[in-house]
Amino acid sequence: MAHVIGEPIDRIDGHAKVTGKAVYAADAKTQKLAFGAIATATIAYGEITSIDASEARRQPGVLMVMTHENAPEQAPWVPKAEDPFARPKPQLDSKKIQYFGQPVALVVAETFEAAREAAALIQITYLANKGAFDIEAPDREIKDPKTDVVGKPAASKIGDIDTAMRTAAVTVDSTYKTPYQNHNMMEPHASTAEWTGNMLTVRSAVQLVESAHQCIATTLKVPPDQVEVIAEFIGGGFGGKLPVYGDAILAALAARELKRPVKVVLTRQQMFHVTTHRGASIQRVRLAATQDGTLTGIAHESVAQTARADDFVEPIVAPTRSLYAAPNRLTAQQTVVLDLPIPGSMRAPGEAIGLLALEQAIDELAVKLDKDPIELRLKNEPKEDPEKHIPFSTRNLVACLQQGAERFGWNKRSAKPGANKQGQWLVGMGVAAAIRGNILRKAEAKVTMNSATSATVEMDMTDIGTGSYTIFAQIAAEILDIPLEGVTVKLGHSSYPITPGSGGSFGASSCGAALLDACKKLKARLDKHEGPQGLSAMGRVEPGDEYKKFAQFAYGAHFAEVGVDADTGEVRLRRMLGVFDAGRILNAKTARSQMIGGMIWGVSSALFENQEVDTRYGSFVNVDLANYHVPVHADVPAVEAIALKVFDEHANALGSKGVGELGICGAGAAVSNAIYNACGARVREYPITLDKVLPALG
Amino acid sequence: MRAFTYERAKDVDAAVAAAQNPGARFIAGGTNLLDLMKVEVEKPAHLIDVSRLPLKDIVDAADGGLTIGAMVTNTDLAADKRVIERYPILTRAIVNGASAQLRNQASTGGNLLQRTRCPYFYDVSKPCNKRAPGSGCSALQGINRMNAVLGGSDACIAVHPSDMAVAMMALDARIETKGGAKGGRTLPIAELYRLPERTPERETNLEPGELITSVILPPAPPGRQTYRKVRDRASYAFALVSVAAILDIDDERKVRGARLALGGVGTVPWRARDAEQGMSGAVVGDKTFQAAGEVAVAGAQGHGGNDFKIPLARRTIARAFTDLTAKA
Repeated sequence: MAHVIGEPIDRIDGHAKVTGKAVYAADAKTQKLAFGAIATATIAYGEITSIDASEARRQPGVLMVMTHENAPEQAPWVPKAEDPFARPKPQLDSKKIQYFGQPVALVVAETFEAAREAAALIQITYLANKGAFDIEAPDREIKDPKTDVVGKPAASKIGDIDTAMRTAAVTVDSTYKTPYQNHNMMEPHASTAEWTGNMLTVRSAVQLVESAHQCIATTLKVPPDQVEVIAEFIGGGFGGKLPVYGDAILAALAARELKRPVKVVLTRQQMFHVTTHRGASIQRVRLAATQDGTLTGIAHESVAQTARADDFVEPIVAPTRSLYAAPNRLTAQQTVVLDLPIPGSMRAPGEAIGLLALEQAIDELAVKLDKDPIELRLKNEPKEDPEKHIPFSTRNLVACLQQGAERFGWNKRSAKPGANKQGQWLVGMGVAAAIRGNILRKAEAKVTMNSATSATVEMDMTDIGTGSYTIFAQIAAEILDIPLEGVTVKLGHSSYPITPGSGGSFGASSCGAALLDACKKLKARLDKHEGPQGLSAMGRVEPGDEYKKFAQFAYGAHFAEVGVDADTGEVRLRRMLGVFDAGRILNAKTARSQMIGGMIWGVSSALFENQEVDTRYGSFVNVDLANYHVPVHADVPAVEAIALKVFDEHANALGSKGVGELGICGAGAAVSNAIYNACGARVREYPITLDKVLPALG
Repeated sequence: MRAFTYERAKDVDAAVAAAQNPGARFIAGGTNLLDLMKVEVEKPAHLIDVSRLPLKDIVDAADGGLTIGAMVTNTDLAADKRVIERYPILTRAIVNGASAQLRNQASTGGNLLQRTRCPYFYDVSKPCNKRAPGSGCSALQGINRMNAVLGGSDACIAVHPSDMAVAMMALDARIETKGGAKGGRTLPIAELYRLPERTPERETNLEPGELITSVILPPAPPGRQTYRKVRDRASYAFALVSVAAILDIDDERKVRGARLALGGVGTVPWRARDAEQGMSGAVVGDKTFQAAGEVAVAGAQGHGGNDFKIPLARRTIARAFTDLTAKA
């Protein structure tokens, strides 16, 4: 059997993507396509008192104006459901405004330009009520949720942290703030809907095809078997395309009314308000330690934004429950109810911002103890999960830290801030640990032999840019012992076998393991000389006891070197290394891209990203990519990622763990710790822009 | 974006004549105007495309200066050998601005006339005196980290975003125009821009229909030149503070002549003449340069989010002049 799984094979869909043959939701070519444009609310909280769309309707080429006054009946929204992304998502169903930028009208016209112009001509008056927009307001409405977004308890308590803090030789008690952030994937949210008789086809940029399928069918009150959702190619999701938004529902409603296909694409500016974002957070971390650096207590409490329009509890303290040993422990998560747009999952929800706080606090403790931050982490390595008291499936954090230190040249670091000046630059190094929960979800896959040397794989799984197409081809080629070129991978149709889709880094393992199962079953039959042509098999996987008996996480260690300009406080990353334990790597090239992409995003969260709220208006202010900064190439030189050779037999039959979100976890803290080492600026409010560094410079 | 009519001007006279149409606007590279049209801030009824006018040459002037056609792209201007040799401050300012793609598209005249990036100016749902005179200024009490600390008024604190114009201020560039009431004129760049005062919607002293045809650079002043831009990321970001500095020193290391212009801090590209005069005759060194920084921001006013720009400007000014005195 040829060795294919894990090889650094180029994306099999790469050629289609760079030549424009890959069809994204907004690329769909169809006869008589009409174009929709969404108009959005210009108040944050209140209701519509009047709509005058007469001028918009008079515009040449305008086919329809849909508002809450004439929108077709849809299923009502529900606050809770087992699959929140499958809930009805009715649009224009009320005069109520729940957040700035909420869709209030759809204009459909013969051209995109006409639709957009007419949308701007709709006159709407509002009754604005006083909303709550400030997460730090003295009179803010705080909630104590019982569970977080994944259903785990929002709080945990072991021992007595207060006593531990009181009696410890050394303590840290620091509060950190992280801002609102936005996914800002390259491809905007887009949908093209077409009815053929009673059958609705929606091409949409969604990560979870089956959830979208259920959502659209339920919202439109159509039987699910009369709806096909197609998401063959997606230009980035990062959690921002887990839900279905107005583009899909409005396109489907308008296409039904007009009896012709309709396309709706959000503008970049609309993406900041219409879709989900990462909520702001305020996090307090307390650490208690003996003089030799043994942690006696660890506490992590967070307060994060939720929306009145829909609840979301980001599991910010999740990594703190498992990363370090300590007898006295406390985690707690609260939310502040605001009349802002709805927060949701964004790459590594929880860990991404939780570790910005925790891993900076560990660095603060190392400084107070005058101890190397790697040694401090090694000293507090737990032998079993410190809250659940069950063994780890695999845990190679120590190896990540040690191998990374060796490769990065950590021994050249001076512990004293400001000790390394190179010309105008104060140079420093920082380290941080990465941890991300590993998740397996129920999935099914189908594989069919086309000939003795070719097969077709079918799943409703999506490839959101991660490399799904390629790794599935590798799995099928290896197990069926056929050439890689002989494998056709078909993804992203709701009529294909159901998978959990892309999200939570569970896609590759869940779908890969289901496909592995299908291929093994098929191979067994082929070996009995059945087929081959037309022979097919279904495979499936679901999480079993291994997820209860073992604590399953992926790990990593980040090393960052930054320069801080001694006069201006400008911070520039010089080089960065991540060493990761993500179980078995399914494709060394695409996995590396995932890890590097995550690391760059971590740098971005440390230095740049900040979706600012104007609390007078309840709206985000910097709603384009000129003003919402993400790194450009010049900001991320020499970023390298290495994966340890690991096989996690408890995770799934492939031995792989989730890798998509691991890279961002802790990466930003390595940068903030490097800034402290460079110049002595301990900035606890992200992003660390130069105005926050300047006061520490002489 | 609103529907508009379009014509391509065949020559400068035709462009200027066409500008008499109500609602007409010139468009060159379109890097700013089209963005503003998409968000309904600009709603021209008629666009006159001047991008193909024969104003694409950079010509040596008899006095040793250069005459730059208004349609010379930012890329071509920055890469011109004479500019690199004689006006390095200008090349550095331009390549520190925008992205390569935008510089390929943006014109010299258009760069001078680009509009502020104040986010409230772009959001038509918010008050903004520059966009909707009399509606109020959202930035004064709002998110104003990027806004101006120099030259603002109770009506507006929007920053002029150009890098190129800051270098041209330091170089005492002159602007040549056609059209308008006088049919054309030459004016110093410092007279091109208007402080916001009570009328922030009027950003320049150009008359309706007046077209910039060229920029004249006088011979480069003696001394070394530098442009230092401080920004949030390494590329493709507007200045928090930028400093265009020229320093000429004599054998006793005293200042014979200094020029100082600032970007990212002013409602217009900012020339700090008081600071320049204060340096005259002083011995170069930290004391002189720090004093120059103090004088340059003496009248600055922060509004909360942008307070840091005042010390940052001081430090960056001192640093830029220090760099100019470093041994080559």
